[in-house]
Amino acid sequence: MKAIGIVLAGGDSKRMQNLSDKRAVSAMEISCSYRAIDFVLSNMTNSGIQTVAVLSQFNARSLNAHLNSSKWWNFGRKQGGLFLFTPTITPDNSWWYRGTADAMWQNINFLKERHEPYVIIASGDCVYKLDYNDMLDYHIAKQADVTIACAKLPEWEDGKRYGVVQLDDKGEVISFEEKPLAPKSDIVSAGIYIIRRRTLIELLEQCNEEGRYNFVTDVFMRMTGSKKIAGYKIPGYWSNIASVEGYYRTNMDFLKKDVRDFFFHEDPPIYSKSYDLPPAKYNNGANVKNSLVASGCIINGTIENSVVFKKVFIGTNSVIKNSLVLNGAYIGDDVYLENCIVESNETILNGSRYVGEEGNIKIVAEKRNRYDLMSEDKGSGEE
Amino acid sequence: MLLAGGQGSRLGVLTSDVAKPAVSFGGKYRIIDFPLSNCINSGIDTVGVLTQYQPLVLNSHIGIGIPWDLDRNSGGVTILPPYERSDNSEWYTGTANAIYQNLKYMESYEPDYVLILSGDHIYKMDYEAMLDFHKLNGADVTIAAIPVPMEEASRFGIVVTDDKRRITEFEEKPAKPSSNLASMGIYIFSWEVLKDALIALKNQSNCDFGKHIIPYCFDKKKNLYAYEFNDYWKDVGTLGSYWEANMELIDLIPEFNLYEEFWKIYTKQATIEPQYISGSAYVEKAIISAGAEIYGTVKNCVIGAGVVIGEGTEVHDSIIMAGTKIGEHCYIEKAIIAEDCVLGDNITMGAGEEAPSELNESVYSFGLVTVGAKSVIPSGVTIGKNTAIKGETSEDEYPDGKLPAGGFIVKGGDEK
Repeated sequence: MKAIGIVLAGGDSKRMQNLSDKRAVSAMEISCSYRAIDFVLSNMTNSGIQTVAVLSQFNARSLNAHLNSSKWWNFGRKQGGLFLFTPTITPDNSWWYRGTADAMWQNINFLKERHEPYVIIASGDCVYKLDYNDMLDYHIAKQADVTIACAKLPEWEDGKRYGVVQLDDKGEVISFEEKPLAPKSDIVSAGIYIIRRRTLIELLEQCNEEGRYNFVTDVFMRMTGSKKIAGYKIPGYWSNIASVEGYYRTNMDFLKKDVRDFFFHEDPPIYSKSYDLPPAKYNNGANVKNSLVASGCIINGTIENSVVFKKVFIGTNSVIKNSLVLNGAYIGDDVYLENCIVESNETILNGSRYVGEEGNIKIVAEKRNRYDLMSEDKGSGEE
Repeated sequence: MLLAGGQGSRLGVLTSDVAKPAVSFGGKYRIIDFPLSNCINSGIDTVGVLTQYQPLVLNSHIGIGIPWDLDRNSGGVTILPPYERSDNSEWYTGTANAIYQNLKYMESYEPDYVLILSGDHIYKMDYEAMLDFHKLNGADVTIAAIPVPMEEASRFGIVVTDDKRRITEFEEKPAKPSSNLASMGIYIFSWEVLKDALIALKNQSNCDFGKHIIPYCFDKKKNLYAYEFNDYWKDVGTLGSYWEANMELIDLIPEFNLYEEFWKIYTKQATIEPQYISGSAYVEKAIISAGAEIYGTVKNCVIGAGVVIGEGTEVHDSIIMAGTKIGEHCYIEKAIIAEDCVLGDNITMGAGEEAPSELNESVYSFGLVTVGAKSVIPSGVTIGKNTAIKGETSEDEYPDGKLPAGGFIVKGGDEK
């Protein structure tokens, strides 16, 4: 593969509400076994990209913990590797990343020291499977200066939080609007770009001199009209998780057989860090219907149309419906949850009830300290 | 030094293509994961794995030891198969003979102590505590021993100790045991003592630790101690004990707990995706591994990774190993179905009365149906108890669509 990868693992997103309090969006858990960034990293390694830089500055602890070894994505190699670049203070620079372009500019030596002719820039918060070789072939065949991957939005969503793209019949981008109030099409940027490495270096240096810091608005959009921009349509499933609704629906999509088959059973696979959890355990009283369950769970209650992530405990007579229960949550006995997202490692007390609505999912984040609760229980002699 | 070359012939068709240590256990594990994880959890980072019988699955499972953090710059895991020499090439003829043939491997690390393990048991044990015991006593040999019921003691090597745990007598499968402390086949040797014994007995045929090395050390008045182990330790040598040990994992609070953070068991995990339980499924009292898709009813089962159980199918009290696909409207009871089998629709398995096995009565009993890896079973057949199936079978091999209790269809050879 003649390209290196850059993953923009950004940030905060107001649309994630308090889900991004704990972690960067690209470290969000997806479909029980994965984190969002696994999809882009697996796509890169499966496309034969050997060198990948992940740029992040917001709440990177969780992301950093996930990327603490590069071996899960086969990046632990003499040639290439996986690099996590967070801002550092140098004699010339003491800024945080002021934007995506600035993040790349602050790491421009990484770009300069490589020999591969192309760079693939991708965001870390999308769920998809793509062979970047196909996109690069398209880029070369189109003789484009930059190629942007596009995807069709699902019906429930409009383009207000996306870059909206209009393509002509030759597949060239004729207009690009960032987060428009009135989107002109349902084709949006998938946040994936292919560009020549030397061109990118020039553009970033120029951009920095002018005091501009954002890749989409200050680099990419200013190329429209003067440069040839090709739009490459992603053939399969694509979804962005950077809103509560998007995150919830993306996870729920995995209850559909075609989505599971596409990600789980068709080659190439999506990789993630291995946690060596035991098989999920279903005790007497478990009643699970149309749900995904991760390893390490212990289930004593009812689960319907839900996604239950790793190491979750579900107590007796509890009912979980249309919900996501994130890693390590402990759901006590006689709990009722509907249309909820339960934050990771939450402790839900016996007999609690949380009900959200379709289209207005309730995020359950009580931040109780489980071990304090256990000692309190002992004190009062309650169950 | 982990002895992993045994066949485990009492596991019948389960070990026709794999060595016993490579047999699946508890849905996602293989038996060898337990001693290997014990090693790394005890701080042992140099492990030789001696292979001989059907090593392919074992080799690819262990690889360079990544799942156990045994991929090291120095040490790590090394697979040690028998090899050809300029004089006297031979297979590993006994447990001690196998270790003797790898003297050079051990010597290259200049060890102070050598731990001898077998890859046949399910347990969690801190070998470092055993080594501390060995050092504290200034022992030459320490044998791990577990109390067993007196009536079973004559099946084991039995040690008799004084009150300081020094071994005063050693009896191999005694008719009248004088103690109930059974050797677990786990030994720590001080290096010079082991080396001396192995070289002294190098011409002993089928040289074995229990039969030859330990008695030799005893006769030479070496310091032999017994390290008593009082936790879960299960020999899964027969189909019955193998089935039981798996079934114990699904108890409400299992005696052998895999859900503790402490002392994790590591394994090579190819499948990481979640399991899917469909709207038509019913699952109760079971453990299910990653990637399984359940459309039918599962009760009292251990289900491996990537297993598919079709709609309308009922599976009870069974072990279904990784990659096996079961069709629709089957009824399966008390079966052990090994990896990557394909079962058609409307199959009844484990029905009716028991009858003694026509293939091998001592292996295929316990009322189990045992199906070897990569077998194919056609739709619509009825299979009785104490049966064995191995290979791609077709309808004409089941007269009247039946394999009666005690029957078998076992295909050998390289083709299938």
